[in-house]
Amino acid sequence: MSEPAAVPVHHAPRGFVRRYIFSTDHKVIGLQYFFLALFSVLVGMLLSLAMRYHLTNPDAKVRLFEMLWPDGAAGGLMTPELYLSLMTIHGTIMVFFVLTTAPQSGFGNYFLPLQIGAEDMAFPVLNMLSFWTTFLALVVLLAAFFVEGGAPLGGWTAYPPLSAIPAAGPGQGMGMTLWIASVGLFCVASLMGAINFITTIIDLRCTGMTLARMPLTVWGWFVTAIISLLAFGVLLAAAVLLLLDRGAGTSFYVPGGLIVNDRLLDHKGGSPLLWQHLFWFFGHPEVYIAILPGMGLVSQVLSVFARKPVFGYKAMVTAMLAIAVLGFVVWGHHMFVSGMSPYSAIAFSVLTMTIGVPSAIKTFNWIGTLWGGSIRFETPLLFAAGFVSLFVAGGISGIFLGQPTLDLYLHDTYFVVAHFHMIMGVAAIFGIFAATYYWFPKMFGRSMHSALGKAHFYLTFIGVYLIFVPMHSVGLAGNPRRYPDFKEFEFLAELGGAHTFISLAAYFTAAVQLLFLANLFWSMWKGRPAAANPWEATTLEWTVASPPPHDNFGGVTPQVHQGAYEYSVPGRSRDYVMQSEP
Amino acid sequence: MAFAALVWVVAAAVSVFFAARMWWFPEAISAHGADYDRQFAATWWVAGVIFVLAQLLLGWVMLRYRGMGRRAVYSHGNNALEMTWTLGGAVLFLGLVLIGTRIWAGVHLAAPRAGALEVEVSAKQFAWSYRYKGPDNRFGRTRPELANDSAGNPFGLDESDEAARDDVVTAMLRVPAGRPVVLMLTAKDVIHNFFVRELRIKQDTVPGMRIPLSFQAEKPGRYEVACSELCGLGHHQMRSTLLVMPAEEFDAWMREQAGP
Repeated sequence: MSEPAAVPVHHAPRGFVRRYIFSTDHKVIGLQYFFLALFSVLVGMLLSLAMRYHLTNPDAKVRLFEMLWPDGAAGGLMTPELYLSLMTIHGTIMVFFVLTTAPQSGFGNYFLPLQIGAEDMAFPVLNMLSFWTTFLALVVLLAAFFVEGGAPLGGWTAYPPLSAIPAAGPGQGMGMTLWIASVGLFCVASLMGAINFITTIIDLRCTGMTLARMPLTVWGWFVTAIISLLAFGVLLAAAVLLLLDRGAGTSFYVPGGLIVNDRLLDHKGGSPLLWQHLFWFFGHPEVYIAILPGMGLVSQVLSVFARKPVFGYKAMVTAMLAIAVLGFVVWGHHMFVSGMSPYSAIAFSVLTMTIGVPSAIKTFNWIGTLWGGSIRFETPLLFAAGFVSLFVAGGISGIFLGQPTLDLYLHDTYFVVAHFHMIMGVAAIFGIFAATYYWFPKMFGRSMHSALGKAHFYLTFIGVYLIFVPMHSVGLAGNPRRYPDFKEFEFLAELGGAHTFISLAAYFTAAVQLLFLANLFWSMWKGRPAAANPWEATTLEWTVASPPPHDNFGGVTPQVHQGAYEYSVPGRSRDYVMQSEP
Repeated sequence: MAFAALVWVVAAAVSVFFAARMWWFPEAISAHGADYDRQFAATWWVAGVIFVLAQLLLGWVMLRYRGMGRRAVYSHGNNALEMTWTLGGAVLFLGLVLIGTRIWAGVHLAAPRAGALEVEVSAKQFAWSYRYKGPDNRFGRTRPELANDSAGNPFGLDESDEAARDDVVTAMLRVPAGRPVVLMLTAKDVIHNFFVRELRIKQDTVPGMRIPLSFQAEKPGRYEVACSELCGLGHHQMRSTLLVMPAEEFDAWMREQAGP
């Protein structure tokens, strides 16, 4: 067959509700996820600002706090339990509804079918169901603020017995139940999404799109979907058991002989460590769920803007797979001081440090991709290069925390907080920013403002280093995390200056994000109209109009003849060869 | 240009900031603490060198290969380089773990030294209690239902047991300098964590478990014990004091507690 096969053109549904709300179009669903994540990141960021403000001004009376939380901040003074509930929701919303949602469900949904030459995801209705389940999970989570006792105070890790016993603190009643329900719903949604992604990638690649020609973004989503499928089921099971311990009188996590509020409980035979094993069996792979799509995107963006093939494509794919496999056997490094056998700590430690190897491969290959390139300094490139810098900065502290010996002091200090914010928070968010600036022209048919984007990059890059470098140091001074104030301890009083500095840097960095928001919304309506392929990139999404038609390729099934990274091929007049070019 | 300059400034500023040690570890008060600090320093150098080199390199390629109309090199990679950084990384990272494991084993795997002072630690929302064996050198029987803080019996000592009557219960952890100590960590309600910065040790106290923790403090003084596992709304106030006393003072205190 020499001509591309013609398939019937599919038009978008006409009704507003079917088209934009209960849509089965992967592009609309991708945008829904994107805006859900955008809303969530704003909520999460505002919560963190409230926390940073309280840490540096523990006695301040703030009208706004009282308006938002009349019980938790009566008279404007934030109670410890309110602080801890803000922290819990901050962590939960950021991990699940931002870092898991935006790169995978958001950009993955929008661009996966486009990049592999498919008309839609394999299961469009399941896709819609997955989004609305995520939406419901978010509503249930935020509802926890408004029930009696408020949101739970046990952190996003929800360790029992604290999370299993409603009497263990305010927020551990209805608020905690809602938290578990929300996480359970999110697990279900993620499982649906994972099945859909895996099936789509296996079944719906167009002719010529072999695995070895897939863009690394697709590899990122593929590996992430596999991890999600294996990890979220475990968290779901763990959450159900926790719910049973709370409501049905079981004792999976609660041992006998507990005395809470001077009352002897009648639980018997459970183990608090069981939850930690199940939670971190999910929780550590979750870190890679958040960062792998970013890794794929960064590889993509560096190659496009360096006008150079990805350095070591096969090594990059192998490294992703290695990270995925190793990610499932290192969960114990979260539990070095938990009371688990000290022998297993050594085994987990060796496996953990092994994960540094594929991480190092990726870092050097990113630098190798830039090496010898002809770099175009557009905003997506800056965020991708910033990602590399932050990935190194955030990964390097893992060499400390992966050693049980050093964890004897550093565990649960601000050193850990700085570590995971740097790598899982900031580096992953830089991946999301890079994706936004990179794909915005395709999604909205307009360009984002370039100078504003660069200013946003530079100021954010400076801001995050100003926040998190001193935070490592505060951790080295032994500052425990999850303290609502630092008044009780003499050694913490000496760290007041550091905390003030960190808070100021956080306000600054948050303020800078207004540049992004302004640019995003202004460009949606007023941005310069974008061409079909403004970055001169090779992958299939750039062969169609911006934004793409409802059925992606206008009734034509594309054919692929090239790898995804044919830049600066000698003997060609243009410095890039589209994947669809013979 | 701006990117390279900025990344280099970041690398330099981070190096200077940490070299200045503005906020840093307190002085260690045990042999284990000194070992810990050495392992930390070794890791610090490895991490610092990797961090600085990677940032310098990133800045350099961004500067050197900025597009100026020139065509990029067409290359898909280099297997020799790939092998070099794979093996280099593996040796470096695994080497660090193996070196540090000895220190970990010293805390958690070594048999308790003969003659070690045994102290039972009980954590609850939001207080610490410590129990010594007393003159009979035996821990007496406890029953959870007897535990009552307001009556001064946090451990639930059973007075009907002879051995329980002379047990010494305190809110401050006193230990002799220069002698081995074994804590037996327990928790009554939720998970807590026993952390003393100067000892460089941290261990969860888990309901339903008895977790031993060995140390030997060399330098007398007062040190803060901080709960380091989120335990509820008073987590940040769950403080107690470790008082390391000269051995003879500790013995005198113990005799005094035992009463006439």
